[in-house]
Amino acid sequence: MGKKLFRGGVHPHDEKERTASLPVVDAGLPERLFLPVSQHIGAPAKPIVTKGDKVLGGQVVAEAAGFVSVPIHASTSGTVRSVAPYAHPLGAEQLAIEIEVDGEDTFVEAEGPMEPIADPFNHDPNEIKTRILAAGIVGMGGATFPTHVKLSPPPEIGIDTIILNGVECEPFLTADHRLMLDRPDDIINGLKVILAIFGLDSGFIGIEKNKPDPIALMQDKAASLGGVEVKPLEVRYPQGAEKQLIHAISGRDVPSAALPMAVGTVVQNVATAVAIWEAVTQGKPLTSRICTVTGDGVKEPKNLLIRTGTPIGYLIEQCGGLTDDIAKVIMGGPMMGLSQYTLDVPSTKGTSGLLCLPASQVRTEPQKSCISCGRCVSSCPMGLSPTTIYNFIDADRVAEADEWDTLDCIECASCSYVCPAGIPLVQYIRYAKGRVLARRRQLGT
Amino acid sequence: MKPTLYITSSPHVFDGDSVSKIMWTVSAALLPSALWGFYLFGLPALAVTALCVAFSAIFEAVAQKLRGREVTIEDGSAVLTGLLLAMNLPAAAPWWLCVFGAATAVLLGKQVFGGLGHNPFNPALVARVVMLISFPVEMTDWTVSSGVLADAVTAATPLGEAKTFLMSPERGQLPQVALMDLFIGMRPGSIGETSTLLLLLGAAVLYVRRIITLDIPLGFIAALLAVTIPAYMLAPDKYLSPQLHLMTGGLMLGAFFMATDMVTSPLNGKGRLVFGIGCGLITAIIRLWGGYPEGVSFSILLMNSTVPLIDRYTKPRKFGFVPVKKGGEA
Repeated sequence: MGKKLFRGGVHPHDEKERTASLPVVDAGLPERLFLPVSQHIGAPAKPIVTKGDKVLGGQVVAEAAGFVSVPIHASTSGTVRSVAPYAHPLGAEQLAIEIEVDGEDTFVEAEGPMEPIADPFNHDPNEIKTRILAAGIVGMGGATFPTHVKLSPPPEIGIDTIILNGVECEPFLTADHRLMLDRPDDIINGLKVILAIFGLDSGFIGIEKNKPDPIALMQDKAASLGGVEVKPLEVRYPQGAEKQLIHAISGRDVPSAALPMAVGTVVQNVATAVAIWEAVTQGKPLTSRICTVTGDGVKEPKNLLIRTGTPIGYLIEQCGGLTDDIAKVIMGGPMMGLSQYTLDVPSTKGTSGLLCLPASQVRTEPQKSCISCGRCVSSCPMGLSPTTIYNFIDADRVAEADEWDTLDCIECASCSYVCPAGIPLVQYIRYAKGRVLARRRQLGT
Repeated sequence: MKPTLYITSSPHVFDGDSVSKIMWTVSAALLPSALWGFYLFGLPALAVTALCVAFSAIFEAVAQKLRGREVTIEDGSAVLTGLLLAMNLPAAAPWWLCVFGAATAVLLGKQVFGGLGHNPFNPALVARVVMLISFPVEMTDWTVSSGVLADAVTAATPLGEAKTFLMSPERGQLPQVALMDLFIGMRPGSIGETSTLLLLLGAAVLYVRRIITLDIPLGFIAALLAVTIPAYMLAPDKYLSPQLHLMTGGLMLGAFFMATDMVTSPLNGKGRLVFGIGCGLITAIIRLWGGYPEGVSFSILLMNSTVPLIDRYTKPRKFGFVPVKKGGEA
C-alpha cells in the first residue's frame, strides 16, 4: 500500500493558528435550543414530542423515519415550547423542536436499548449497529450521513479497510485537531468497535502533516493500544475528501459514481469514532460535539463543546461577539461551509465550525469572463474540467454537461478558489448537477 | 443591532489572483525585452510601442462603449495586446501602421468576438499577420535609424537572409551570426523579439507566477528542433543551425509569450503539449520550406484554430475512471 497524493487540489492558508492551541471549553446552556428534525442526509426524523412536554437530556424527541435516517435526542433537559418550522443552516426553514432549557441538565438513565455494552469488541455486530442508530450517530465531518448505514454494506461486499478521517483539511477548523489531542484513547477504541463489526484487526487514521502534535500523540497511543496505523498525509486541500483520503492511504481509487465500499473501504470521521465509543460503552446518544468558532470577524476565537441545537448567536456570544465589520458568518469551513443569513440558526450534529469573516476578507466583485487559464482543470481533484461544464450549463447544453462528468464533482470548490475571473464554478456545477439529474430522470436512465 | 450578513455560495476564501493581475504581470514580464528594444532601435521603437499601447486602449474603450459594456481598460488586457503587438513590429513601422494594427488587434481580433476571453485567435498576432500581408514592405523594413544598432548592421534579419539564400542561392549566403550576440539580442528584428536572455527572464517570472506552464514552450521548441536538427545534419550548407533557429525570429517571444496566451491555448496540460508541438512543427515547415522567412505567427494562429478540437479530445482523465475493456466488462 503506497502513499500517493491525489492529482489537483489547492493550498489555501490553513489559518488554524488562531485556535489550534486552545483547549476545548464548554459553551454552556443557552436559554432555548432548536433541534431541527433534519440534521442528517436522508429522511428527516419524525417528532414524537409536543408542546408542553417535559424532556430530559438524551431523550428521543424525534425518531428515525426509514433506514437512511436517525433519531434526534434532546441535548439537555427542559420543556418543549414548539414543534414548528425554524431557521435551518441549509437556508430554508425546516421543522425544529424548540426546547426551553431548565438549566438542570438532567439526562435520562442509560438503560434499555441504550444500556452500556460490557465487551464491545466481542459483541454481536448487528446489536452494535442498532446501538449506533439508536444513538443518532451521523458522520461528524460535515456530511452527516447516517453512520449505521455506512457500517451496513450489502453482505456480498467484503470490507477490508477501515480509515478514520483526522485530516481536517478545511482551513480555520481545529475541532478534530483538539479532539485527537484530548481523546486519543476513545478515538482508537471507537475504531476498534468498527473493526470488530467487520471482523478486522487493524485500521488507519489519516492526519495531515500540519498537525504534528496529534500525529505524535496518536502514534504513541497506537503503539500502546494497537489496532491502528497512523498515516501522516501531505497537506493539500481536499485531502480529507473521502475518495482522496482512500487514494492517499491505500492507493485504491473509488470508481466513478461508486461508494468507498466498492474498494472494500469504510471511512469515518474521528469525532464519529468517539461518538460510537460513547454510545456503545456509556449508552450516550449524540447530543454534543466540538465546534471551532473562528475568523477575524469574531472577537475571541475558541474551540467550544456545544450542545446540538444551540443557536449560533449564543455560540458567538461565548466568543466575545462579532466584530463591528462582520460581513459573513459561515457554518463549516471556508471551502465548503454555508454562509448564514441569521444568527438564530441552530447548530447541528455536523457543525464543526463557525467561521466569521470581516468585510475586508469577503469578495464582492462581480464575475468576469473566463480567460481559459485552465487553473480550475489542474486544481480539480476529480479530474474534471470545471470551466467546460460551466460553459455547457451556461448555454443550457445539459447533455454535454453530463458527458463531461458533472455528477463526479465532489463540490470541494477548489475550482472557484483558484478562478482568477471570480466565476463561482462550483455553484454552476451544483446547478448543472440538478439539471443533469432531471434530464436523466426524464430519459429514464 | 443585527449585523448585515452576506450570503454567497462556497468557497469563502480565494487564492487572490485575478485577471487584471495576470495581464499586468505579463506586461511587466515583457518590459525588459521592450526596454532592450528601445536601447537597440532608439526612439522610433519607443514611439511604435507607445502608439500601439495607447491606441489599443483607446479602441478597446470605444468598442466597449459602442457595445454598451463596462469600459475595462484597467484590467490590462488591451494594454497587453498593444504591447505584444509592438513587440512584434519593426521599429521603423510608420505611425499609421501602428494605429491600423491596434485597431485590427482590438476590434477584429478581440471585440468582434465579445471581448476578453471570447477571442479564438491571439489578437496581437491577428493584427501582425493582417499587417504583414497588407503592408509587406513596411512590415519588413528592418532599417535602423537610431539606437545602438544604427550603423552596425544591414537591413536584414538572420532568418530573412537565410530564406533569400534558400530561394536563390546565387543572391546570398547563409548568415554568420555570433551565438552570444543572438543570446543577448544584438541583432535586428522586431522590437521585442531580439534578446533571448531577457525573454527567458520574463518567462521565468511568468512561470513562477503560474501564469504560463512549460508544456507549450517546451513542446514548441522540441518540435522545432526535431525538424531543424535533422535538416541541418543532412544539409548544413543549406539550412540554418538549430541554435540559430532557436534564437532568431520571434521564436522565444512566440513560444513563451504568444502561444501561451491563456485565452487562445488549450485548457489542460496534455492539450497544451499537443498545441505546442503543432506550433513548432508548423514554424519549422514554414521556415525551411515555406514562402515566408518566419512562421511563428502563422503557426500559432493556425494552432489557435485547433484549440476547441484539442480541448475536446484531451478531456482530462477523471478520478476513479475505470476503462471499459473489450467485451464490455469494466
